[in-house]
Amino acid sequence: MADNISYKDILFNPFSKDNPVVVQVLGICSVLAVTAKLEPAIVMGLSVIAVLAFSNVIISFMRNTIPNAIRIIVQLVVVAGLVIIVSELLKAYAYNVSLQLSVYISLIITNCILMGRLEAFAMGNRPWPAFLDGVGNGIGYAIILAIVAFFRELFGSGTLFGYQVVPDALYEAGYVNNGLMILPPMALILVACIIWVQRSYNKSLQEK
Amino acid sequence: MRFNKNSNVYILIYIVALVLVTGAALAFTSVSLKERQNENVAVDKMRQILASIRIAPADNEVTAVFDSIITSQFIVNASGEQVAGEAFDVDVAAQVSLPADERELPVYVATLPGGITKYILPAYGSGLWGPIWGYVSLNEDRATIYGAYFAHQGETPGLGAEITKPQFTDQFENKRLVQDNRFTPVSVLKKGQKPEPGCDFVDAVSGGTITSRGVAAMLDNSLAPYTKFLTQSDN
Repeated sequence: MADNISYKDILFNPFSKDNPVVVQVLGICSVLAVTAKLEPAIVMGLSVIAVLAFSNVIISFMRNTIPNAIRIIVQLVVVAGLVIIVSELLKAYAYNVSLQLSVYISLIITNCILMGRLEAFAMGNRPWPAFLDGVGNGIGYAIILAIVAFFRELFGSGTLFGYQVVPDALYEAGYVNNGLMILPPMALILVACIIWVQRSYNKSLQEK
Repeated sequence: MRFNKNSNVYILIYIVALVLVTGAALAFTSVSLKERQNENVAVDKMRQILASIRIAPADNEVTAVFDSIITSQFIVNASGEQVAGEAFDVDVAAQVSLPADERELPVYVATLPGGITKYILPAYGSGLWGPIWGYVSLNEDRATIYGAYFAHQGETPGLGAEITKPQFTDQFENKRLVQDNRFTPVSVLKKGQKPEPGCDFVDAVSGGTITSRGVAAMLDNSLAPYTKFLTQSDN
């Protein structure tokens, strides 16, 4: 199986070289939806890390018993169950954040990264590498979310984590927040910029 | 002996067992967290009610502050008479879709330090993407607005969502909801638009036209049934 790559690579490759968002271009929908502010973006990232790691481990434990004909259904049931548990936990312990994320937590179920990792990795690997793979890909996703949200909140609202960082003096001098930053299209443009920067540094990713 | 993983019996048993286990796990999570979640919802509601009289307690003091500031709460009907029930338990979202004379109208009476009385009324309506709601507090004369708090479920950040900001809500102070014993809704207008004769108005949110209209419609629909209660001399 994947014994020829080290655990370190399984964990760290998704951060950059094999990033689920900017290299595999998965999970774009939630990147558009939750990155207008930094705080919900980070909670969303953490939720995806948790769900991805645990669903990877669970599916990996079950991988030899799952009937091939219904494997997608089994994966969906596991993912949906975990997402609902995360959503309930947020409602109980981080109520305000759960209000901000509202429907997007439930939409983790349909996040292509999850199904992608379950199908591509957890179905064929032992639990420990599957766990590392889940954490790695979750972090890879969360990094992009945080970068995009950082720029969108900074230029769109002049704040970070809700605290104003653009000084009042600048507003008095005629600076205005860029309303376009807050709208979903800007998230796509930012993701494209990240892809551009990354590929110009990492020549091996450039398509011939 | 090894099971045939692709036989129908195996598949059926497998999926039924899986669903049962998942279902049990979810039911357990839901039941064990229910109490905490309901508490959060109640605390959040108290926080919103207090926000309309510009009181923002720390996260762990909301209940205590609410109990000391809100000195009474009751339900009135469209004729201004008190009816039985707890104001806090009224589902405003369900009430606003009923005809005005069938609604239960919650009223919260706040006593600020110094013995000043404020009346707080809930409102519920729809914005562009989903529901919007809020609380409007009135001065002792039950005619002019003291403060307003608005919240929304999914209005566009930076545009419609600006209705929650003080720049928008602070405009409502001293606007008249009742003039000459008549209900006069507060309009939310774009620059250059004229209000209905006799009505007070506030400026709409730029780029949030439909949400702003939603706020105006919500205030009209939710608060008009209170007219009798607001205009009667004493209760």
